[in-house]
Amino acid sequence: MNTVTLTIDGQKVTVPENTSILDAAKKAGIDIPTLCYFPDQNIKGNCRVCVVEVEGSRTLAASCSTPVNEGMAVKTWSKNVMNARRTIVQLMLADHDEDCNECVKNGVCELQSLAQRLNIQHNPFKNILKPKPIDTSTPSLIRNPNKCVKCGRCVDMCQETQQVGILFDAYRGADSEIVSGLGKYLSDAGCILCGQCSTVCPVAAIYENDETDKVWQAIFDTSKRVIVQTAPAIRVSIAEEFDMLPGTVALGQLAAGLRRLGFDDVFDTDFAADLTIMEEGHELLDRLQHGGMLPMITSCSPGWINFIEQYYPDLLPHLSTCKSPQQMFGSIAKTYYAQKIGLKPEDIFVVSIMPCTAKKYESGRPEMNDSGVRDVDVALTTRELARMIRQAGIDFTALPEEPFDEPLGISTGAGAIFGATGGVMEAALRTVYEVVTGNTLPSLDFTDVRGLKGIKEASVDLDDVKVNVAVAHGIANAKKLLELIRNGAADYQFIEIMCCPGGCIGGGGQPYRTTNAIRQQRIKAIYEVDKAMPLRKSHENPAVQALYEEFLGRPLSEKSHHLLHTTYSNRQH
Amino acid sequence: MVEEIINSHGIAEDKLVPILLDIQNSNDKHYLSEDDLKQVSRLLGIPESRVYSVATFYSFFSLQPRGKYIIQICDNAPCIVNGAYNVIDDFRHILGIDMGQTTPDGLFTLEYSSCLGCCSHAPAARISGELYGDLDSEKIKSILSDLRRR
Amino acid sequence: MSDLTVKRLTQRCGDIDPRDVSEYISTGGYKALVKALLTMKPQGVIDEVKASGLLGRGGAAFPTGLKMQMVHDTPGDVKYVVCNADEGEPGTFKDRYLMEGDPYQLVEGIILAGYAVGAQKGYIYIRGEYDRAIELMKNAVEQTRKIGYLGNNILKQHFNFDIEVRSGAGAYICGEEFALIESLEGKSGRPRYKPPYPPVSGLWDKPTLINNVETLANIPYIVSNGSKAFRSVGTDNSAGTKLICLSGNIANRGVFELPFGITLKDIIYDIGQGVPGERELKMIQIGGASGSCIPSDMLDVKLDFADMKKNGLSMGSGAIIAFDDSRCVIDIVKSLLKFFAHESCGKCTPCREGNPQLYNLIDDFSKGSATPSHYDVLQSLTQTMQQAALCGLGQSSPMPVVSTLLYFKDEYDMHINGRCPAGICSSTNGGEII
Repeated sequence: MNTVTLTIDGQKVTVPENTSILDAAKKAGIDIPTLCYFPDQNIKGNCRVCVVEVEGSRTLAASCSTPVNEGMAVKTWSKNVMNARRTIVQLMLADHDEDCNECVKNGVCELQSLAQRLNIQHNPFKNILKPKPIDTSTPSLIRNPNKCVKCGRCVDMCQETQQVGILFDAYRGADSEIVSGLGKYLSDAGCILCGQCSTVCPVAAIYENDETDKVWQAIFDTSKRVIVQTAPAIRVSIAEEFDMLPGTVALGQLAAGLRRLGFDDVFDTDFAADLTIMEEGHELLDRLQHGGMLPMITSCSPGWINFIEQYYPDLLPHLSTCKSPQQMFGSIAKTYYAQKIGLKPEDIFVVSIMPCTAKKYESGRPEMNDSGVRDVDVALTTRELARMIRQAGIDFTALPEEPFDEPLGISTGAGAIFGATGGVMEAALRTVYEVVTGNTLPSLDFTDVRGLKGIKEASVDLDDVKVNVAVAHGIANAKKLLELIRNGAADYQFIEIMCCPGGCIGGGGQPYRTTNAIRQQRIKAIYEVDKAMPLRKSHENPAVQALYEEFLGRPLSEKSHHLLHTTYSNRQH
Repeated sequence: MVEEIINSHGIAEDKLVPILLDIQNSNDKHYLSEDDLKQVSRLLGIPESRVYSVATFYSFFSLQPRGKYIIQICDNAPCIVNGAYNVIDDFRHILGIDMGQTTPDGLFTLEYSSCLGCCSHAPAARISGELYGDLDSEKIKSILSDLRRR
Repeated sequence: MSDLTVKRLTQRCGDIDPRDVSEYISTGGYKALVKALLTMKPQGVIDEVKASGLLGRGGAAFPTGLKMQMVHDTPGDVKYVVCNADEGEPGTFKDRYLMEGDPYQLVEGIILAGYAVGAQKGYIYIRGEYDRAIELMKNAVEQTRKIGYLGNNILKQHFNFDIEVRSGAGAYICGEEFALIESLEGKSGRPRYKPPYPPVSGLWDKPTLINNVETLANIPYIVSNGSKAFRSVGTDNSAGTKLICLSGNIANRGVFELPFGITLKDIIYDIGQGVPGERELKMIQIGGASGSCIPSDMLDVKLDFADMKKNGLSMGSGAIIAFDDSRCVIDIVKSLLKFFAHESCGKCTPCREGNPQLYNLIDDFSKGSATPSHYDVLQSLTQTMQQAALCGLGQSSPMPVVSTLLYFKDEYDMHINGRCPAGICSSTNGGEII
């Protein structure tokens, strides 16, 4: 590799050629402030906050977009740089709704921290914001254009990473804004509510619909039995909200924290993930044996469901009819568990903690009332849960490790890995293999389907039947598989698709500013959780076995179909 | 109509601007309807947001119905110092509408334009693709009555 | 009428039928193309352009031969020539004049450039306001294709080249090279960051030569007559002629082909015949809407890239707008800033937010509500825009403010004190601002 040597603030630095000044400075221990820059995304070079002086240049250079040259002399701090950076941030503030105290991002806002870092204590510019309506059209996301700084991070996420193509720059000059679709509200723009935009937005221009007050009300209502379920991905991300390193497993603390918030039963969506494997595994076998529609595609990810319903409705018959673990949990909690504790469904309030904004939409779908009432009352994101913990004054880092409650808190490692891309596939294979062959798997680890590669493939022999499987995460990758299916060129029997990059650990409701590096850490952690579990196969989950014995009968039974399966609709956009 | 226009250009993303121009020009009201934009998005395979971006970026495009004749009056410096504000006032007065508006009979829309390259005959205006220079009250009256008679 | 003008690029304008290619050919047209294709290697064409000292006429004055060499030397099978005919700079109408008066000369220049750099396709991007130029250029391309100078195996050589004429849709920013390229690709005209520059990665990320109409129109003359003949007019560092557009408060408005080296005074008083009526010249703006505004006592500066640079000026597009003494500097600057706030693409912060704020600050002067502290704010804002904006628009739009603060500071001061000397910023008599 060719290298380049340059001087940054008097220090000699040697870096590979084509390195940006920003990265070279980082190597020299200099942290240049940025705003539109985001790791893993295209370089945009539009906010201009990261400008530096390059000797011999008439203008300042944006350090994110300017590659280093041999012998280049860079000054990252000077009178001109200070003036430009301050003025730029002042200009942004002067076209921004500055009600910072009432803002969801207060304290975690990148514009706010830039202003603080640049020591901006006054603004010579008049505020010229032309207020626009706030988009509250969906149950998942709030879009507030009055906060937007036009950095383009959401656009890059929506157009390049997810390739759903809803958010884009429109108009020009002072009228420039980021719009959805044909200038519509998100509900009418074909948005799939994945919420990836909200994880990269530096301000509060797009964020999760905060429903924590609904949950507090339920908790404070003594007539309600308030049950909480927590998704597999939360245990490996919640710690980040409390300044612990990405990849920290906080399973026991999570259970303890939820209990201290006042939830009556602290359960685990991993239980329902195991249940999903029982149903979905048997559905696959049924389709294989009885000429059903193949490849069968997983249906756990509500953003993915929103996508296929709106953009590939012709392929809906490929979807597994299984509800997602969140919804299976809801209907079981309000039927089976309700009976067990002698309560009616309407006396129970089910809260789920999800890494996901689309789960809010899913829980409100009309199909999701199979217990007779709404099966899941509120779906909170990881970020909202963290907000509740802080609100209640709980020192998360000091919490003891506590177990989940029985029976719906009992789970296996197979349920845990649902949180990572490839996890549903791996969990399904562990069970399907043993159910079909009657043999015990020599190794439980299907490493071919793990990791951040866009599309992963594997083959498994099930008693002379070769099953080809594929795994895609992120809509851009999913589209590639869908096109193969449409063109009849997909030689797969089973496909796992997760809407978000990395799977649920990279979900749109996870802590802000998730990068690929962080996704890797969370994935590593989730397989550690799996490894540490005494049981690692869904069909060995004793609580699931009891559920079938006491209530459902067997997988795909009539009762299972009623409570655990669903239908989809063509919502072509 | 939209389909015909697209086929005449070929299905290619880079033809988006000429396609939208043709669609707008083929329409009596000189605008792009929501349905036009949806069709273009679907037929060219470009997300709606990207079509909308282009349709709102370029000042030639209008998402609102406009008049049969679009009067674009230059308000850049060379025209201003040669009386563009009088021209604007004359048009507004005679047509009884403000800039950006369309006459109730749907005949005329008044718009600002940036420089028309007609500075040696400032003040100037462009009306439905034709340039008119050295404008004064008399000339404006006769242009408008000519257009009305067409 | 003065004899300072030269007939070189404009030799046929007004004398031939722009619709008839035979009239172009009978007046020496396409001789350069035949000469180049039959007797010169592409590098030979580039060398001749380099030797001519031709500098880009679009505003940046980059050496054309060097740009051609960069495109030529960048590896790649697919290359483009793009002619920037998005002449949106207010007060500029020279490219329109060239396209409407002699469209074939531009076509010939583009084909020669394509041959030199190894391109297969050329685009002429003409602003949508130029209906007649679009029609004439389309016709010229069609006529030229008919006689076999566009298409495959031109003049039986292994050279295939064609041209497509594209219309803009009303966006000043598309005169910026990358905004224009984005527009050609079917997108909104938002400039890309540089580097990489178009010669390395331009249209569809391919090596692209992008030049102004006037620049490309010079190439047939250089190839036909040689660089020496080209340099016979002009100065050492500014060879050839320059098309200047005179507008505003000036008696003789129009496009004039002038030799480099004459003074601005020659242009205003000899060519332009001075200010009409009883008025005196107060200010000229040179180079377009983002050009410097200078007072009438600075007219000894020469029409010469180096001399203008020395005096802090830029020739820009070649527009000179004259303002007489009935005009208010603040009012003129305000109208320019309104233009920029409207025409900014909105991509980068300094330009998107800076132009409206700059407008507001100047508006304070015209309303009489400005204070001396406005000067500090103007200083940090204009400097930020000039140094930190993404493209030329945001970097140069503060120039009218910067230059008038330099040369007409007294008028700003008077407005702070509630007086508009021209009486324009006032609603009652006496020049007092209400």
